Amino acid sequence: MSISEILFWFLSALSILSALMMVTSRNPVHSVLWLILVFFAISGHYILMNAQFLAIVNMIVYAGAIMVLFLFVIMLMNMNADTEPQKSKWMKMAGTIGSGSLLLVLIAALRDSEVRARTLEGPEGTIGLVKQLGAVLFTDYVVPFEISSVLFLSAMVGAVLIGKKD
Amino acid sequence: MPVNYYIFLSLILFSIGIAGVLTRRNAIIVFMCIELMLNAVNLLLVAFSKMHHVTALASDPATTAGIEAQLFVFFIMVVAAAEVTVGLAIIVMMYRNIHSVDINFLNRLKH
Repeated sequence: MSISEILFWFLSALSILSALMMVTSRNPVHSVLWLILVFFAISGHYILMNAQFLAIVNMIVYAGAIMVLFLFVIMLMNMNADTEPQKSKWMKMAGTIGSGSLLLVLIAALRDSEVRARTLEGPEGTIGLVKQLGAVLFTDYVVPFEISSVLFLSAMVGAVLIGKKD
Repeated sequence: MPVNYYIFLSLILFSIGIAGVLTRRNAIIVFMCIELMLNAVNLLLVAFSKMHHVTALASDPATTAGIEAQLFVFFIMVVAAAEVTVGLAIIVMMYRNIHSVDINFLNRLKH
């Protein structure tokens, strides 16, 4: 077993376990911390696939900015496990069975897909590096990039407008 | 690593996200589960990008095949950041009005 295979299995187990803990833990603050762990494990997967830029952006934007925002909101509302609303036992069971059935169907459908024999082993390549991604982003994809700045501006104005008192 | 393993991993993460959306009543947790589902899709996109790149490298050493998927992941992250800002603002507004983040109260929106 090579080192990258060991890392793959370790990161996969870490992300799945953390995701399960995120869904099942009562305290919302614990949920946020488990989700941060999931994001770090996914960043590790990106590094394994030599997508270094995305790994760093994932850590900064998701684990850094977005999760801190969630944490702020949860602490602002002063939530804890006692005030947590719970669904009835039957609703929980139905949700679990539904998502499990979806997983079963998707795995059964994709198990024999035509890409199953393809592998990610081989030469590393350079598409994940900042230089290559930047060159393509500022030539072929410069219009969507500028439009996303308009999206950010409108999201900011919208958030301020919604969050304002009265 | 066969690409199959990455497909299964992201399917499992996606299903856990769906289970969270269906079983939790706290609006913030539901929102976090949606983030988890977005990340599962991102992981699969990067895996397919790498797969195509490895195949294309065999014929042309200077190719950039598969770079579009990584840019797509980047744009998904951008849109997710904007979405979280507005979504959390809505949740804070809801908490201020009804002092709860229970999604069962959200059905009042239709009246």
